[in-house]
Amino acid sequence: MNNDKNTIQDSDWLYEISSEKKLLDFNFKEIWRYKDLLILFVKRDIVTVYKQTVLGPLWFLIQPLFTSVIFTLVFNNVANIQTGQVPSFLFNLAGITAWTYFRECLTGTSGTFTKNAGIFGKVYFPRVIMPMSVTISNLLKLAIQLSIFAGFYIYFVASGRDISPNANLILFPAYVFIMGTTGLGLGMILSAMTTKYRDLSVLVTFGVQLLMYLSAVPFPLTEILEKKPEYFWVFKYNPLAQIIEGFRYMTLDTGLFTWWGFFYALGFSLVVFFIGLAIFNRTEKNFIDTV
Amino acid sequence: MNKVILTAQNISKQYRLGVVGTGTLSHDINRWWASVRGKEDPYLKIGAENDRSKKAETDYVWALRDINFDVYDGDVLGIIGKNGAGKSTLLKILSRVTMPTTGKIKTKGRIASLLEVGTGFHPELTGRENIYLNGAILGMTKAEIKAKEEEIINFSGCELYVDTPVKRYSSGMRVRLAFAVAAHLEPDILVVDEVLAVGDAEFQKKAIGKMKDISGNDGRTVLFVSHNMAAVKSLCTRGIVLENGTSVFEGTAEESVDYYLSQNQDIGSNLSWNEEEAPGNDKIKLLSISVMNENDESNLFIDDEIRISYTFKSKIENSTLGTTISVSNQDESVVFSDGTLIFENQDSLVGTYTVTAGAPKKLLNSGSYYVSLIFGINKRYAVANLENIVSFSVNLGKDIKHNKRMPGTIYQELEWQLKKNE
Repeated sequence: MNNDKNTIQDSDWLYEISSEKKLLDFNFKEIWRYKDLLILFVKRDIVTVYKQTVLGPLWFLIQPLFTSVIFTLVFNNVANIQTGQVPSFLFNLAGITAWTYFRECLTGTSGTFTKNAGIFGKVYFPRVIMPMSVTISNLLKLAIQLSIFAGFYIYFVASGRDISPNANLILFPAYVFIMGTTGLGLGMILSAMTTKYRDLSVLVTFGVQLLMYLSAVPFPLTEILEKKPEYFWVFKYNPLAQIIEGFRYMTLDTGLFTWWGFFYALGFSLVVFFIGLAIFNRTEKNFIDTV
Repeated sequence: MNKVILTAQNISKQYRLGVVGTGTLSHDINRWWASVRGKEDPYLKIGAENDRSKKAETDYVWALRDINFDVYDGDVLGIIGKNGAGKSTLLKILSRVTMPTTGKIKTKGRIASLLEVGTGFHPELTGRENIYLNGAILGMTKAEIKAKEEEIINFSGCELYVDTPVKRYSSGMRVRLAFAVAAHLEPDILVVDEVLAVGDAEFQKKAIGKMKDISGNDGRTVLFVSHNMAAVKSLCTRGIVLENGTSVFEGTAEESVDYYLSQNQDIGSNLSWNEEEAPGNDKIKLLSISVMNENDESNLFIDDEIRISYTFKSKIENSTLGTTISVSNQDESVVFSDGTLIFENQDSLVGTYTVTAGAPKKLLNSGSYYVSLIFGINKRYAVANLENIVSFSVNLGKDIKHNKRMPGTIYQELEWQLKKNE
């Protein structure tokens, strides 16, 4: 910066604003510079969700608990789906805990551009900070929900049920990573497309509901294999079903686990994440003109 | 001469007119197909000039076209132009909110933009938490904010409430807090939109004062967009004038303001239109307007009466129809306005009417003025709002006390009395 000549060397420029698009423009240096903003967004998300509610953070627990109770009543008691030696309630809670994290990441990030149009229209910061902060703040919710899961786990063990996790538990961080990146990746794709075509935001709300059933959240995969083997491929190739089943396998030692399924889900999540990032980068440059 | 800190090269920005619908998808596909074959975007070749008074011929419009300028270290560059000249678009591009369609801007410093104060304020968070959040959004790091926290709180004058959620603040307090954060930004280049100088008079003074501090004492580079010619003259060192998306003048701040003002005077003081082209809408159409003195001359002096006379065609029935004139000066501040009811008791009739309003002698100081007309119904709704539809100049009088222009918005000859005290 301290050169006295008026001649401008290209290397002097700090950055350039132009319409040129790079496919994957993920500027780590810049995101690092904005790390404080990322932390503050995460803090804001967590602190403000249940401000001025009586039950406050208890809502993090009430949602999965009640859903598990309903699932247990409907699927296990009425529809009579068997979950082996695992208590149905715990089985459902495991599936819902994992599913909730994915769902929150997806729905939380899918509205990034439309929800933040006001702020994005006024200042620049790396846009990807926004969906990243959602994914991270959801981690805390996941931790709270896992603790209630662990609580019930201990309760059932203490009351003499024969359940235990297996060696796959070591994959736990990998599963959280896969769920987070899949949700973030899909969310970024959707957020980019909703800026122009609002139809998608309608699709997301009910699509996620349908996807839950296609991901075998309220029932074990073995059930499908026994009763409707001709549709098994739907679940086999749905990476989310693989994640949910794998999550239950490592915590409750029940269900079908294959290494193929694990790596399939991992691969899928990475592919979706990079596609999402590429689309997100393209969109962030001009979305304010279309949103 | 200082070195170039920012340079804009051939900046253009194209917008699509109309709504996003099925047509968008087909254009998107066309564009994609062109890029697959390695060809240029087919829609870049077309596009109309950004002139709002013309009817659109294509679906695309150039909000900015081939803008070039350099900013030197320590410059305070004023960007002036009428509404819709492309100022805001340029600001958005400079602050990286949107990208130019073609061309590029290169910069050596970090740009922070203040297009609005209080961006990202969260009502549930306390004042202190919002200082951190807002500061970080504007590009400060936590350490930078921490170092200035006390200063910001003092400047805002909200010490007492700093740990109270912002939703309990009065709107004035919120603006003060937000401005305090913004004022303590220390980027290499600051981009400021004038609209942020909202609030009461005292606050505006403070805001402008702070701006002066930033640009004058700290020697920071500032890009300032404004309608306020007085502010541009006093704050800026250089200026560029935008018109219909192109840069029409570049020079010192004084020269730019003079150029801009001279461009705007030529609307004419005696205008008439045929019915198709007449300004207005399907309810009210203005057919002619003139500004004359009592002898029907359009060359006006301070000691002339000013008669504004206009003819309009109204299709409004059974309403209370009123019309208001407001006269504003070169700084775009309104000098006076007055209105009258044409039909008082919801009994308006379709027809063509002529209204004449007279302003007394020795009221307006010499200078250029613009007349805006508003037509309203039922004393509540404006049906037509014709801004700056005609302009006129008042010259120094033949028969008045002063033979050169006295400063002031209005002209007055006071009654002076002198008495010697024993």
